[in-house]
Amino acid sequence: MRWQSDPLLHVEHLTMRFGGILAVNDLSFTAGRGDITALIGPNGAGKTTVFNCITGFYKPTEGRIAFARDGRAADADVAALTQTSKRHGRSASGDIYLLERMPDFEISAQAKVARTFQNIRLFQGMTVLENLIVAQHNPLMQASGWTLLGLLGVGPYRARERDAIEKAKFWLNKINLLERADDAAGDLPYGDQRRLEIARAMCMDPVLLCLDEPAAGLNPRETADLNTLLCMLRDEQNTSLLLIEHDMNVVMQISDHVVVLDYGTKIADGAPAAIRSDPKVIAAYLGVADEEEAQAVAGDRT
Amino acid sequence: MPAGRDTSSPPAAHRLNHALREAGFAALIAIGLSFPILALGAEPDINNQLALQTRWSWMFTAAVLIGSARFFAVMLDSSRARLLAIAGLLCTAFGFGTWYFAGIADPKIVGGTIAAGVLAMLAAFPADKPEKNAHSAAKTPARPATNLSSTAASLFSAAGIGALIAFPLAMLWWFGSAGSLKWINNYGIQILIFVMLGWGLNIVVGLAGLLDLGYVAFYAVGAYTYALLATQFDLSFWICLPLAGIMAAFWGILLGFPVLRLRGDYLALVTLAFGEIIHLVLTNWSDLTNGEAGILSIPRVTFFGIPFTAGEDGFAHLFGLQFSPIHRTIFLFYLILALALITNFATLRLRRLPIGRAWEALREDEIACRSLGINTTNTKLTAFALGAMFGGFAGSFFAVRQGFINPNSFTFMESAWILAIVVLGGMGSQIGVALAAIVMVGGTEALRELDFLKQLFGQDFNPVQYRMLIFGLAMVLMMIWRPRGFVSTRTPSIFLKERKAVAADLVGEGHG
Amino acid sequence: MEFFFQQLINGVTLGSIYGLIAIGYTMVFGIIGMVNFAHGDIFMVSAFIALLLFLALTTVIGITWLVLAFIIVLLLAMFFTSLWSWVIERLAYRPLRGSFRLAPLISAIGMSIFLANFVQVVQGPRNKPIPPMFNETIALTSGGLFDVTLAWKQIVIMAVTVILLTVFWYIVQKTPLGRAQRACEQDRKMAALLGIDVDRTISITFIMGAALAAVAGTLYLIQFGNVNFADGFIPGVKAFTAAVLGGIGSIPGAVIGGLLIGLIEVLWSAYVSSDYKNVAAFAILIVVLIFMPQGLLGKPEIEKV
Repeated sequence: MRWQSDPLLHVEHLTMRFGGILAVNDLSFTAGRGDITALIGPNGAGKTTVFNCITGFYKPTEGRIAFARDGRAADADVAALTQTSKRHGRSASGDIYLLERMPDFEISAQAKVARTFQNIRLFQGMTVLENLIVAQHNPLMQASGWTLLGLLGVGPYRARERDAIEKAKFWLNKINLLERADDAAGDLPYGDQRRLEIARAMCMDPVLLCLDEPAAGLNPRETADLNTLLCMLRDEQNTSLLLIEHDMNVVMQISDHVVVLDYGTKIADGAPAAIRSDPKVIAAYLGVADEEEAQAVAGDRT
Repeated sequence: MPAGRDTSSPPAAHRLNHALREAGFAALIAIGLSFPILALGAEPDINNQLALQTRWSWMFTAAVLIGSARFFAVMLDSSRARLLAIAGLLCTAFGFGTWYFAGIADPKIVGGTIAAGVLAMLAAFPADKPEKNAHSAAKTPARPATNLSSTAASLFSAAGIGALIAFPLAMLWWFGSAGSLKWINNYGIQILIFVMLGWGLNIVVGLAGLLDLGYVAFYAVGAYTYALLATQFDLSFWICLPLAGIMAAFWGILLGFPVLRLRGDYLALVTLAFGEIIHLVLTNWSDLTNGEAGILSIPRVTFFGIPFTAGEDGFAHLFGLQFSPIHRTIFLFYLILALALITNFATLRLRRLPIGRAWEALREDEIACRSLGINTTNTKLTAFALGAMFGGFAGSFFAVRQGFINPNSFTFMESAWILAIVVLGGMGSQIGVALAAIVMVGGTEALRELDFLKQLFGQDFNPVQYRMLIFGLAMVLMMIWRPRGFVSTRTPSIFLKERKAVAADLVGEGHG
Repeated sequence: MEFFFQQLINGVTLGSIYGLIAIGYTMVFGIIGMVNFAHGDIFMVSAFIALLLFLALTTVIGITWLVLAFIIVLLLAMFFTSLWSWVIERLAYRPLRGSFRLAPLISAIGMSIFLANFVQVVQGPRNKPIPPMFNETIALTSGGLFDVTLAWKQIVIMAVTVILLTVFWYIVQKTPLGRAQRACEQDRKMAALLGIDVDRTISITFIMGAALAAVAGTLYLIQFGNVNFADGFIPGVKAFTAAVLGGIGSIPGAVIGGLLIGLIEVLWSAYVSSDYKNVAAFAILIVVLIFMPQGLLGKPEIEKV
């Protein structure tokens, strides 16, 4: 129950309105450090909107998204930070961030929350290697003396760039794409592109990685490989994962904690085993005519 | 107007029939297009009242030319044969033109051109052999897996730079100091200015994918900065040059701040509006800029302090040379060459730095950039500022070369010209931009050489006025021929094993 | 006060002309998402066509009744200008559809340069004046310091604008053609799948835009009494500003935007400085695009992640 004992992400009373549409309604949940947390729900339940609020692409209408990057933060510290107008504060265990106050790029650069996208967003016209180097933009930018020293050819940039290539090679090895490092990302097959996008996000050394439907469009073999990869990220890299997923096989096999959304509201929250037998979840899936998913949820019960 | 290029070739008679119908239709359209605007003319008479003139022959010439061109396009399959036929058509038209319009009845010219033209048109038919794969190659974009050999590339660029350094001396040796002026100045310097401007804009448009239609504003800022500082405060060119660059970069940032959240064509239009505002301010703020009259007697360039004059302390005297104005021109040539090469090397270097990669990533996908912690606003501003800075350098060079500037050198036309060079060259490709500048600037300069047509068409005929007309048409044709420019593939900035060019259809187009 | 009313009338007249040009920009942008850079020059060509036809009708054919001459000129100018626009779309834009994003823009800029220089070559670089017409004025107020007058040509301009806008509004809203246009605006691929001839619909959009530009060209000629080959660019940019101000893609928006730009330009010249009247138009373009890119009547765009 790490999401209770050591949560790193606290989403509290999150509400998001688009004009008259209430996409997310008073949603509260936590994600545990070192957990794989799955956010599931029928189509249109507001899962991607939650992601976009966490990663700063949308400004939530209401609510707080506190992120304890380095270790468990006392509630009092978060409350004290909320009282100020600052985005970033400190607690005994390290930095805390209020994500709803931060622009998207600072969330990824400072709070170390990385993400992937439902419709893969690689830099198609750049090579696989370049994609992974761009992901290390901020440290490299610093090493190049904000371009000035790099332009003159002095400073530590060359050495840092070599390190960046090594890191890229490490991740390419993990996703079996080392051979294709010099090919354009847009030339890769779909499954490889999905994995490359995860590797690119990992090159930022994230504390929390948000994956938006990583298994969409993958065949069973690729899905199995993905499960292994995600478990490796959690167990070897100590990265916490938050994922949106429709494939119940993935969700039930690898996640430690499942949060279920329907019509923008949380209807269930707990360990996978508990979610499977939750009548509200089954009703939500059966009632929304997405029978395949409902059967998957119900079928996995036995 | 269906082109009717079926794979199974239709019977010859049917095809001829079809071609004739198409030709007739095209001729009819040509008549429709040219009826009022070409066939009628209006010139003010003595009372300043417009009097109507009719020029039916122009209209029929246009109809016949366009109809015949359409006929050949339908009848012939290969582009080679079509080109031959069109060339023949133009040759014949030229022959008739000299005879009919200019009243020159020299049978050798008239008969010769007409005969040659007809022959070429006839020869097009036997020359019409189907091209292998030409059609499929156009449809499916080729994915070249070419390995760019870096040694060959660097050899090539070294040879190019060598040739450029030798260019003025070769011209001097070949044409003498009077005859070489045109080549070094009109071709050499003029082309290099646009190469430099193209390379500067390439950072903004080609790398960062931000469409800028007001680039001339920064060119103007650079030029006026130098002109005003030099005339008002007596500062030397070498002090003004960096100041002009900084000033232009400052204006780039000033413009960039509010507009960079705009996307696509909107960004293009705001930059266009900005360029026009700068132009209008330069025209109307007479106290500062002297308005339309411009700034006169801007100090000329010196050889690091030594003036290019005929006197005792002039360049020629000190170096023991016979005085000639060509010395200054040659020095200007090397100056712009150095400035352009600095732009080039800086850009090539920037591409291999995080900022350059961030520009290209921005062009590919801005949202992904933000998810990777890249501050897109700063990234765009840097592109704008650096692009503007190089524009400013070029501007101050322009001012020192001309010795006189007024707002008319900084109109939207120049912006369009520079953008066309970047797009035609192939966005992001340095060598492509240089090639495009040579073709476009050199080409329009070469159109000035059409003076010999005066001898055929009479002294009233002014070939220079056709320059921009041909230029506009060429822009359209070149876009249709190569929408992605001369060099459409992208060279990766880094590689593990080998540098493989990225196919054009994968490379992003930018959002703004 | 009288001065202000007079300026108001002048502004609405000028604004009607901008509004008519703006519709061409807005319709083309709506359907293929392209700024038809040559549209301003199409307008200039139409003014030349109108001028030549008017001369031919009055001096060669000898029509003396101005109203009849005006109607014939208007209709013929609409026809010939549409033909130009149709051919330009067919040759310079259609081959580039679905290609690289900047290619049609560059092609349009090329076309714009070509048209301006073509007219310069065949018609000469000088201003072409025509004799004033519909010049009689009606005094709306009298006795004050300053009489507010309304010239017949201003009435003609406003009346023609209102009539033609009604007709085009009807076509776009009520006919199958208008439905096809709106379908293509929404989703061109889907429209094609549903059996709409997309190429033809786009062609017709260009033709309609050009016809309205021709009306604007004819009215411009009547209002200002002369035309020059370089007259396409500035009115073109102002009309585009009007289209953006009104909300690009919206036809009523284009008209409202046109009227506003016309009023602002006239009032700016009257009360501030006529030197900087074009600066005002460009500054509005910048401010509108930055602070309300959806314009007055356009739909806001939500960024999709």
